[in-house]
Amino acid sequence: MISPRYHREIPQRYRLEAAKCTGCGKVLFPPRKICPQCGGEAFAPTVLPTRGKVVTHTTIWIPPAAFEDQKPYVVAVVELENGVRLTCMVADAPPDEVTIGTPVELIFRRIQKESAWGVLQYGYKARVIPA
Amino acid sequence: MRDVAVVGVGMTKFGELWETPLRDLFAEAALACLKDAGVERGEVQSAYIGCMSGGLFVGQEHLASILCDYAGLNPMAATRVESACASGGAAFRAAWLEVASGASDFVLAGGVEKMNDGADATYCLATAADQEYEVYHGVTFPGLYAMIANAHMHKYGTTPQQLAAVAVKNHHNGTMNPHAQFSMEINIETVLKAVRVAEPLGLFDCSPVTDGAAALLLCPVEVAKELGKPLVKILGAGAATDTIALHDRADLAAIPVVGRAAQRAYEMAGVKPKDVDFCEVHDCFTIAEIVCTEELGLFERGRGGPAAAEGLTALDGKRPVNPSGGLKSKGHPVGATGCAQLVEVYQQLTGRAGKRQIKSPRLGLAQNMGGSGGSATVHILEVNR
Repeated sequence: MISPRYHREIPQRYRLEAAKCTGCGKVLFPPRKICPQCGGEAFAPTVLPTRGKVVTHTTIWIPPAAFEDQKPYVVAVVELENGVRLTCMVADAPPDEVTIGTPVELIFRRIQKESAWGVLQYGYKARVIPA
Repeated sequence: MRDVAVVGVGMTKFGELWETPLRDLFAEAALACLKDAGVERGEVQSAYIGCMSGGLFVGQEHLASILCDYAGLNPMAATRVESACASGGAAFRAAWLEVASGASDFVLAGGVEKMNDGADATYCLATAADQEYEVYHGVTFPGLYAMIANAHMHKYGTTPQQLAAVAVKNHHNGTMNPHAQFSMEINIETVLKAVRVAEPLGLFDCSPVTDGAAALLLCPVEVAKELGKPLVKILGAGAATDTIALHDRADLAAIPVVGRAAQRAYEMAGVKPKDVDFCEVHDCFTIAEIVCTEELGLFERGRGGPAAAEGLTALDGKRPVNPSGGLKSKGHPVGATGCAQLVEVYQQLTGRAGKRQIKSPRLGLAQNMGGSGGSATVHILEVNR
């Protein structure tokens, strides 16, 4: 990924920065210009909670080149405690440990090794919270 | 708005066409279409051509120019249309609007994709998802539909065997389609034991990587009558968009964009799902056909899986789906698919579908979608014999 794009996404990928609509309170991740719930255009900065649960998931056996070294890996849609949903990998988890409803927390991890230059890229992954 | 008819269709063989470049794929389909219609190249006033990613698959953009150039269609107006895998349906919609508006009488709707030319197809296709918030995290297209499948299984009890039934049925239909990429019967075991791509989807739950093109010629109904062709009228047209990211949708066991596009098409046509004699449905993955048949109102929510397993969607079933073999067996050259579906609808309505012909259909529906359900088109065609 070209570096200006990578730089631009750092507030979300490293720090989970989001926007809260001052009209209806919906939290948007990433921030947007228009609230999809109420059409509001004013937002206050906020940070996502790190705990949530798996809403759906899959195990990727055939990945794009940049993820070849991690296969097979689990990817999930996670719903955080404030209702925000995002897509991320579930780190360190055998596929059968992740199911719909599994409690997880977001952690900071290496995401991929960009294929052309081998540049390491970082962001959030989920980790299963032990019962 | 004028009533619009389809008066001719053409398509290439679908498959791994190593000897044929992008430009010739489109030219072959377009010229076959004009020949079928009995209309000269010089009579066509404009074209809309669906292509998802000439830039990534073969490093070629500026497709309106190169494709019309090599099809002998210069200097007419042309526009390349992109809406990921719904590009073909979107091109057909644009062509319909140009004829309906009265701006032009003969407009070509086409679609083309050259996917086998050395590019990393998994990467290229993933650009139809959210690059920063899905693809960055390692999601693939099979992965997105696998997550829809898991949500559908969890909510409705849909089974891998029901998914497999879709692939088995579509492969069977494809054996009767000379344009199809695959011409082989498979069974439930083939699907269940295939190499895994993204759980719960295996290789035989996925449509293939395909080269191909398809084209249709549209004109006002009044002009079509003068041509003395069977009158195939565009009765309903609907399109819709939704969030690009799967995670931003409330119900992951649904693909609401399809339901919305379908509702608009049904309303315009003044028909109900039960009135439609057959459907071409966007089965990029087996789960997609199951969810889309529910969104189209062919079955209740959660009944798409059992319906497929019980044979209701078979060629001789109550609700035939994908008589062409669908994307699964016919192949899925992404930008061409929407037009190829409409070619099948036309062939069925005019009684030219050969061994896979459905008995005397009057209404046919084609549903095309982009990404994991970020865009969709639905068209309903009617034949007056």
